[in-house]
Amino acid sequence: MKRLSARRRHPLAALVVLLLALGAVGGLYSLFAPTGQASAADDPSSLQIQEGKGLFITSCSTCHGLQGQGSSDGPGIAGLGAAAVDFQVGTGRMPLQSRETQAPRKKQAFTEEETAAIAAYVQSLSPGGNPIPTADKYATDGDLQEGGEIFRTNCASCHNFIGKGGALTRGKYAPNLTGTDPKHIYEAMLTGPEAMPTFSDGVLTPDQKKDVITYIKTIASEPDPGGYAAGRIGPVTEGLLMWTVVIGALIGAAVWLGAKAR
Amino acid sequence: MSYGNDGGHHAGSNGEDDAHGSELAHVQGNPFADPGLPHHEPRRTDIDARAANRAERQVAALFTLSSLLTIAFIVCFVSIDKEKDMYVLGLGTVNSLNFALGVTLGGSLLCIGFGAIHWARKLMSSEEVVDYRHPMKSSPEDTAAVVEMFQQGVADSAIPRRKMIWTSLLGAMALFPIAPVFALRDLGPLPHKKLRRTLWDDPSHRQIVQANDERRIKASDFALGSLVSAKPNDLETQEDLAKAAIILVKINPKEIRRQEVADRGVRGILAFSKICPHAGCPLGLYEKTTHHMLCPCHQSTFDLADGGKVVFGPAARNLPQLAIEIDNEGYLVAKGGFGQPVGPSFWERGDG
Repeated sequence: MKRLSARRRHPLAALVVLLLALGAVGGLYSLFAPTGQASAADDPSSLQIQEGKGLFITSCSTCHGLQGQGSSDGPGIAGLGAAAVDFQVGTGRMPLQSRETQAPRKKQAFTEEETAAIAAYVQSLSPGGNPIPTADKYATDGDLQEGGEIFRTNCASCHNFIGKGGALTRGKYAPNLTGTDPKHIYEAMLTGPEAMPTFSDGVLTPDQKKDVITYIKTIASEPDPGGYAAGRIGPVTEGLLMWTVVIGALIGAAVWLGAKAR
Repeated sequence: MSYGNDGGHHAGSNGEDDAHGSELAHVQGNPFADPGLPHHEPRRTDIDARAANRAERQVAALFTLSSLLTIAFIVCFVSIDKEKDMYVLGLGTVNSLNFALGVTLGGSLLCIGFGAIHWARKLMSSEEVVDYRHPMKSSPEDTAAVVEMFQQGVADSAIPRRKMIWTSLLGAMALFPIAPVFALRDLGPLPHKKLRRTLWDDPSHRQIVQANDERRIKASDFALGSLVSAKPNDLETQEDLAKAAIILVKINPKEIRRQEVADRGVRGILAFSKICPHAGCPLGLYEKTTHHMLCPCHQSTFDLADGGKVVFGPAARNLPQLAIEIDNEGYLVAKGGFGQPVGPSFWERGDG
C-alpha cells in the first residue's frame, strides 16, 4: 500500500485510473446489455420466421391450423420439418387449388425466399422433422449403377423404370420424375409426400439417395437416337402408334391401290 | 289362296288378287342372272395422248428420284459423322446419320413402289379379263387309276394273307406313343418340400438385411410409412431369393386392424412376402396412406394393415406375413419361416 500511495502523484497515475475506469464501465455495460447484442445477431432468421408466420397464417392456416396443428380440412404439419414444406410449396402442390385425390404439380404460388420463410416457420413450430437438404446432398455425382439398382428395387414399381411415373389406385398417380428438381426428389424420398412411402436415412442412406438422383437425372438426359420416343414408356405407346397410325396408313394405301383408275 | 275374314265388298277384288298372286310367284327368267362385266370405260390416258405422256414422265420421274435417293444414301453413309445429332420438327433431337439413312433408303424404295403402281394404274391395259376356275375333282380315269394302284399295293404287301404282320404292326403303333409320354417323367425332379420351405426356416439365415446393400436393419431405421425391400442374410442362390424376398413397412400401430397382425411385427413394422401369391411377380407398389400393396403385373391389391388381405385383383390367397422380432443387438430378425408356401399356387399345395 505504501508503494502504491507513493506513486499516486506519478504523472501517469491519472492515465492509469482513467483506463481502469473506462474498462470497468465497458465491462459493466457488456454485462448488463448482452441480450441486445445477441438478438441483433439472430435477426435475419427470426425475421424470416416472422415473415413465414405471416405467410403461413394467410395461406396455410385455414386447413393446417394456426399452429400447424391441423384441422378437419387438413393434416397437422407441426414437427414435419422444413424439407416437407419446401417440397410441397416448392413444387407448387401447396397451397391446394381444389380438393382432389392428389395434389398436382403446378406453378409455384410463392417465391423461393417466401418458401424458405414458410419452411423456417414450420420448422420452428415443433422440434424434429427433416431440414432442407444442402446442395451437396443432391448433387448428381453419385454412383450411377448403384442408383439404378436401388431405383429398380424401391422406386420403379410406381415411377416406371426410367422415372416416367405411373398410375396408382383410385385416381392417384406416381408423378413423372424427368423434370423434377434434384432437391425436390431428395425431399420426396426423405419425407414421403402423400401416398409415397418414406425412405428415411436409415432405410436409404444419404449416399444412396444421391445415387438414385444421379440415376434419374442421367437417364432423363439420355438422347433418343431413333427420334420420337413415344413417351419413353415402352411397348404400350409404340403398339398403339403401330395399330392406329401405321396400320391406318397401310389401310389407306390399300384403298388407294384398289381404287379404279380414271 | 283366300282371305276369309275380308269384308264381303272386297270379294271381287280378292278374286283379282288371287289371279295376280299366282302370276307373281312366276318370275320371268333367272332372278340372279350373271350381270356380266361392267361396261369398260376408258381412262383419260387411254384417249388423251398428252395425259399418257404426262403419266409416263411421272413414272420415270419417280424411278429417277429413287435412283437419286439411293445415291444420296451412299453419300450420307460415307459423309455424315455418326456422333452428330440434329433437331427435326415433330421428332425432336435425333441422330443425323440414322435419320438421313432412314429417309433416303425408305424414300428410294417408296419411289420404286409408287412408280410401279402409277404405271400399272395409268398406262398398263385396263381391259377386264375373265379367267374361269378349273373343277377341283379329278377326272374319273385318274381316280380309277389311283384306286387300282392302291389295291395292287395291298395285294403286293401280302397283308390279306399274312394276318400276323398286320396285327403285330397295329400293336406296335398303338404302344409307341407311350414312350415319349413316359419320357415326360424326366422333365425334372418333383418339388417335394422345396416350395414349402424358404431360407427363413433355416435358423442360420434369419437376419433381415437390405435387398441392395445387405446392411442389417434396425427398428430405429424406420420412419412412419417406410418401405424396405429385404432378404435373409448370406443368401447364396437366386432361387432362394425368389422365395425368401420380403418387404417391410412401418404402419402406425393404431391403424393396424387386427392384434395378431401387429403381434407378428415389431412396433408397427410388419414383414410380408414380396412374391405375389397370384403369379409370383415381385410386389413393390405401396401406398402408405391406404396401406395397400399392389402387384404391378395384374393389380392384385393387399391391405397390409389387415394382414395382407386381398382387397382387389386375381390373387386367391392373402399375402403371407413373416413374424419378426428384435435380437439382443437391436437388429430385426425373423422368428421363423412363413408357415405356408409363398408365391403362386401349385398342384400339390393342397389348399387350392
